[in-house]
Amino acid sequence: MIKLLEARGVGKRFGGLTALSDVSLTINKGEVYGLIGPNGAGKTTFFNVLTGAYVPDDGEFVFNGTELPTGKPHLVVEQGIARTFQNIRLFGQLTALENVMAGHHIRTKAGLWGILTQSKHAIEEERLTTERAFELLKYVGIERFAHTICKSLSYGDQRRLEIARALASEPQLLALDEPAAGMNATETTQLKALIEQIRHDGVTVLLIEHDVKLVMGLCDRVAVLDFGKKIAEDVPAVVQKNDAVISAYLGGPKHAH
Amino acid sequence: MNELVEAIPFLGKRYPKATKWLIIILAAVAPLIAAYFGRSWMRILDFALLYMMLALGLNLVVGFAGLLDLGYIAFYAVGAYTWAFLASPHFGIHMPFWIVLPLGAAFAALAGIMLGFPVLRLRGDYLAIVTLGFGEIVRIFMNNLNHPINITNGPQGINALDSLNLFGWNLSQSIKIGDFQIHYLYLYYYFFLLCVIGSIIFIKRLQISRVGRAWAAMRDDELAAKAIGINTRNMKLLAFALGATFGGVAGGLFGSFQGFVSPESFSLMESIAVLTMVVFGGMGNIAGAVVGALALTALPEILRNIALPVQQAVFGTVILDPEVLRMLLLSLAMILMMLLRPAGLVPAHARYSRPELLKGGA
Repeated sequence: MIKLLEARGVGKRFGGLTALSDVSLTINKGEVYGLIGPNGAGKTTFFNVLTGAYVPDDGEFVFNGTELPTGKPHLVVEQGIARTFQNIRLFGQLTALENVMAGHHIRTKAGLWGILTQSKHAIEEERLTTERAFELLKYVGIERFAHTICKSLSYGDQRRLEIARALASEPQLLALDEPAAGMNATETTQLKALIEQIRHDGVTVLLIEHDVKLVMGLCDRVAVLDFGKKIAEDVPAVVQKNDAVISAYLGGPKHAH
Repeated sequence: MNELVEAIPFLGKRYPKATKWLIIILAAVAPLIAAYFGRSWMRILDFALLYMMLALGLNLVVGFAGLLDLGYIAFYAVGAYTWAFLASPHFGIHMPFWIVLPLGAAFAALAGIMLGFPVLRLRGDYLAIVTLGFGEIVRIFMNNLNHPINITNGPQGINALDSLNLFGWNLSQSIKIGDFQIHYLYLYYYFFLLCVIGSIIFIKRLQISRVGRAWAAMRDDELAAKAIGINTRNMKLLAFALGATFGGVAGGLFGSFQGFVSPESFSLMESIAVLTMVVFGGMGNIAGAVVGALALTALPEILRNIALPVQQAVFGTVILDPEVLRMLLLSLAMILMMLLRPAGLVPAHARYSRPELLKGGA
């Protein structure tokens, strides 16, 4: 198995609050890796540190054998990590297609001069971007809304659009922050199929999720965070029976804090 | 252009082609119509075009990139003073326009970057306050840099600026063809019109490019924009610099047209006036900036010309000074706008892509 991402002793503190402490984990190429834990366990903080939104206080991330830059989100995206947000964050005044096209930004190079003079290269790049974006909309199944302002899409479709936008940056690792939140059962099933398809097409997936059924059915391996610490990491079936995990979720005598 | 056509109620939707031609013809013959009412109207028309350039540039910063800039007029000042320094008897330098205008634009862009760096982390109200301060700093500099070395000639301003000289063709001299005379205000009008059209084409191209989308993304959600790989720092600086460039060019043209610059032309009220044009027309779309600039330059003048005779006819004397009335009616217009059309006169949805590039797509 080839290591894709390795977190080494990552720690993050906000004043007196320790959001993450000494979190180490390894994600292999081609797997769906789940990150679960009770509310406030530090899952989203982990995402934010990974994607460069926060600078970690300790530790580092190694991606494809090179250390990831910290605090520079656009460089992290360039390396091949894309993310979605827990609360959907689309570009409200753009159409669905334009949202996905914006996601392709980092892979396009047209400069000011090319744009102003409408050089052949710039137009060709723009055409490729448009076509690719449309294909991605097809991929997630919402191409009929390509020219609709994204705000008027349904909730589930907005989630799909956000995934398409993340995929537009051609990532090797796709980090999804609670993609099934607020979805009904049908939508969750469709989402599961989509994530499986994404994995099948060669993108590694890191998944934060509350929906235990989804995580257990989808993930190859799962890590559990509690109070900023990793308390378990294994295949779903084993993690489910782990005492520390059970007490973290349900509370129990072994859970001393 | 199409945005503008679509925004015209009734006519635009039903006869888009005809409306388009109507706008083109109107733009071409506008000075002739204005001349019918008098020279001052032609001057107003020329100024309307300058304000259009300003509104277009500010719209790029405020409307596209979402950076509220209350000191935009500073870039206009930089352009105008560049013209005053390099093409007037003040320093005895008389450079041709094709050096001075680009230089003015470059200085303005530099000023834009200088403003951009310290405000990178600011947003909303805080950004507005700093940019407001920046605008005032530039104006106060112009006002006080006459001592100990006289650079800007202080509050008196600099006069006798060179007029536009297009490779030996002086725009401020009327052309005589036989008995027929073309007044210089016409020449300026068409030259400014060309500049405005050029600006519109440039800005439109930017808008539907990766840069325009990056700006819109940053405006709609900065955190998400960063997360999809947009270097927001560079994009903000680019927006400030490019917006300032248009201000700088407009400033140079203003200097050449007016023949006189002084700090009082670049007060906070002017910044606010340009911002009002952008908001009045509809933020974030090009047609809005054009319509807003035209409306807010022409309307007060029309009111002024109507208010006087009407009052005289009705009351026998002038009760309300037109200047007072002007602010009153302008405020009233703004309030009505906020109530009736909060998205601006031309609330057309701005496109940031070219769907026609899709082969066989939806």
